[in-house]
Amino acid sequence: MRATLLRYSPGLLLLTLVLSGCGVEYPQSSISPHSDFAHIIHGLYTTIFWWTMLILAVVWVLLTWVIIKYRAKPDDPKPKQIRGHLGLEIGWTVGPAIIVVLIAIPTIQAVFATQQPVSEDAMLVEVTGERFWWEFHYPEYGITTANELWLEKDRPVNLRLASSDVIHSFWVPKLGGKRDLNPTVAVREGEEPSYNWLFFTPEVAGHFYGQCAEFCGESHAFMLMRVNVAEPDDFAAWTESWQASPGALAEVQDPDEEGRDAGLAIQAAQDGEIDETPLVAEGREAFLNQATCGACHAIEGTHAQGDRGPNLTLFGTRRTLAAGIMENNQENLVEWIRDPWRFKPAAAMPGTDYDMEGTAGFWPATALSDEQLEAVAAYLLSLK
Amino acid sequence: MSSVATAGEKTAGHTLGHEGEDTGLWSWITTVDHKRIAIMYFVTATVFFFIGGIKAMIIRVQLWNPEQSLISPELYNQLFTMHGTTMIFLVAMPMAVAFFNYLVPLQIGARDVAFPRLNALSYWIFLFGGIYLTSSFLFQAAPHAAWTGYATLTSAQYSPGFNTDFWFIGLSILGIASIAGGVNFITTIVNMRAPGMKMMRMPLFTWMTFVTSFLLITAIPIISVALIFLGFDRLFGAVFFDPSMGGDPVLWQHLFWLFGHPEVYILILPAFGVISDVIPTFSRKPLFGYPIVVYAGILIGFIGWGVWSHHMFTVGLGPIADSFFVAATMIIAIPTGVKIFNWIATMWGGSVRFTTAMLFSVGLLAVFTVGGLSGIMHASAPVNLQQHDTYFVVAHFHYVIVGGAMMGLWAGLYYWFPKVSGRFLNETLGKWHFWTTMVGFNLTFFPMHFSGLFGMPRRIYTYSADLNVDIYNQLATIGAFIFAISAVIMVWNIVKSWRSGERAGPNPWDAPHLEWSIPSPPHHYNFPELPTVQSREPLWNDGERESIQAVTMKEVETEPVMPNPSFWPIVLAFSITLSWALVMTGIWWVIALGIIPVFVSTLMWALEPAFPEGSGH
Repeated sequence: MRATLLRYSPGLLLLTLVLSGCGVEYPQSSISPHSDFAHIIHGLYTTIFWWTMLILAVVWVLLTWVIIKYRAKPDDPKPKQIRGHLGLEIGWTVGPAIIVVLIAIPTIQAVFATQQPVSEDAMLVEVTGERFWWEFHYPEYGITTANELWLEKDRPVNLRLASSDVIHSFWVPKLGGKRDLNPTVAVREGEEPSYNWLFFTPEVAGHFYGQCAEFCGESHAFMLMRVNVAEPDDFAAWTESWQASPGALAEVQDPDEEGRDAGLAIQAAQDGEIDETPLVAEGREAFLNQATCGACHAIEGTHAQGDRGPNLTLFGTRRTLAAGIMENNQENLVEWIRDPWRFKPAAAMPGTDYDMEGTAGFWPATALSDEQLEAVAAYLLSLK
Repeated sequence: MSSVATAGEKTAGHTLGHEGEDTGLWSWITTVDHKRIAIMYFVTATVFFFIGGIKAMIIRVQLWNPEQSLISPELYNQLFTMHGTTMIFLVAMPMAVAFFNYLVPLQIGARDVAFPRLNALSYWIFLFGGIYLTSSFLFQAAPHAAWTGYATLTSAQYSPGFNTDFWFIGLSILGIASIAGGVNFITTIVNMRAPGMKMMRMPLFTWMTFVTSFLLITAIPIISVALIFLGFDRLFGAVFFDPSMGGDPVLWQHLFWLFGHPEVYILILPAFGVISDVIPTFSRKPLFGYPIVVYAGILIGFIGWGVWSHHMFTVGLGPIADSFFVAATMIIAIPTGVKIFNWIATMWGGSVRFTTAMLFSVGLLAVFTVGGLSGIMHASAPVNLQQHDTYFVVAHFHYVIVGGAMMGLWAGLYYWFPKVSGRFLNETLGKWHFWTTMVGFNLTFFPMHFSGLFGMPRRIYTYSADLNVDIYNQLATIGAFIFAISAVIMVWNIVKSWRSGERAGPNPWDAPHLEWSIPSPPHHYNFPELPTVQSREPLWNDGERESIQAVTMKEVETEPVMPNPSFWPIVLAFSITLSWALVMTGIWWVIALGIIPVFVSTLMWALEPAFPEGSGH
């Protein structure tokens, strides 16, 4: 027993060293705060950590002492039969009780500090969890995007959290604690459904990792996300790019079957909005008119207005693909569209040669040829 | 009939009973003897321990490297779901029940539990329920929605197929065994104590059994109700947890944790009971602060009801509810701390013998404290928002359940094995068992604190290489294999010592309680005559010991009348399991027909005489 105790402390030290040094980066670390919310939690965690270390030290020191000092020796007389001591009992009840109060007070202060009523001037983002990806809707800007959340540095944000299927949990450790995305419970007409909220101010610009923290089914492990906290100028540029680029094609949403394809291409070429390589044009044609992509996906400014899957407007600006699981490049994108289940089993997107019977309906195989796959990927990556 | 003089000198390979006692298979199937039922509980739980452990090994191998795919995500989800379900419901709980069964009647000076056939029924339901639940793997339809089974992931929409049916039906079946067991032990402890065995003279293990039994009969019905709600949702289109129809998935979480938190104390209190008996024996001192330790146990049982939402801080219950559950959870840390200080004080000034049983008890104090303290960290709701559903929590509850509950039960195994078998467990192998457990256990679970703090959520099939948590996962996997070796050593020790271990007399440890006043192993009737108890440590007071042993070691001319063996418990248990399994069909008349054998076997049970004719019972 003695040996165990001795073994622990150096182990702890060693791990502390690993923790603090060696230049290893932990992009999803919960002890590296980058927002006001995360700072409150981390401060509290640090306080409690040292209190618990104190208690642990007391218990282990006493235990070690007892083990060494009172180990039975061959000629031990019968020990004194002590049955208790009121003073000691009161002491080790009151002592821990005081520590507990000292932990509970800042805890309850932090509980209220981190769950203030949402502020009116903060930016609202409606977050919806889907199996297995995230939708982010910015009512203020009319932006709907997926899996990569853009926030503005030093600007408070209200995240309104909801789910359309099972429970998910929004967790970007460096920006703060997690909060569940509960399925929205149906209410009577005229009543407002209740939502969960996260309210915080990102304090450092950068690229943050997050992921779903509530088990949500087969591909739960592949429901990742990224958060891009941008400097105010960059954020403004990003929102403006949404106003400009998609609008260019808005007027060619002609329901007329005959004129539509030509209209799109001509319009795009005239405006010079879209990189007009033949591959891209072919991909656009396949995406919008040959395959069924638009039944689930939306691209602003086109007639693809599906809302079942991620909105793909400005898809080319995203760093990651399929909810953060891989780099967004031509090669990965082709393979993803060809066979989503290879990367994310039970994803709601059909492959080129398999159907998808999901919880919300039946989606036939996309039946895209190899050339079409390359073209569609090129088209999507051109959406910048 | 046998005598004390021959009991210790028998030459048979293993000694379960005494001369003239039937040891055939049929005698085991029909037994109503609490000691045999206890042994069956222990063996079955150990088998499930290996089944649950193999699942953990596969999980650890899959997590060795980031972005690895040795098995499919679906299989992974089944494995972790069934690892948790198995370890809680088929290992930790029944393993504790094995100890309740063997020891409670012996510790209070009774010949059996209050309802011997009901006791057998509990065991057989546990066995059949466990087999039913585990058989789901044969159909590739093992439960896959985590042991917590959160709505709406368990709905017919998101979990089509039989997976979740196996889960809710299996747990419903097992719940019956637990409730029956709880009733049985409460009745036994209240009514069947030997003369002079006042409540405040009972050994701590019996006390903790008593508290645990109350938790069983109050907490298990809650999960049963929740499971039946779930069954109605899945099979008959009810909408208890269906948000689209105004049902509330959060209701499931409240019901589950209203059961689930008392369940934590169902797991840990028996272990506290064990070490409260072991530590005084090997320190040669009475338990320090006996009434305080008893009251602390009762208090934990009570407050345990008011803390369930600390599992739900991320759900969004609002700051008022969060604060209440923060406070209640912090308060429960106090009696737990008090217990730890009392155990240390018991050793203080003693003459401490480090047998394997004592090593496991002291080991529990050392590592359970770590789990308790990480528990204080996530009892703080804001901190919990970072730690909830990460490997930090996985580390925490394994420190509590393995480092607490299981270490306590292994201490009990080494302590009471001589009573059960008449032989010691091998101490050398025992020390190997202990040290491989300590090294393997800590190497497995300590690094998980770090992977959790660095952002690794639990219940994930794989993790991104970017997280840089590979090293912690690899340490954990190595630790898990060392831990697996420790389990093999334990079983090897049991098998070897059962056959050829060193002989132990009636009281090999010089322990103070009543179970050590009778031969090892005990007669099937335990006590020839009931002893009269005058103190908390009857065998440590010379006069009292002699007067008790005069009764308990007495040769008897005619054995006390014991209840008849019965095969209706196994038949009824099978009928109950079958009737529940038929619920999977979802066809009302099939389900209704399935109830008929339950009625028939209950009736036959009722008509069967419990005691031999003319015995005066």
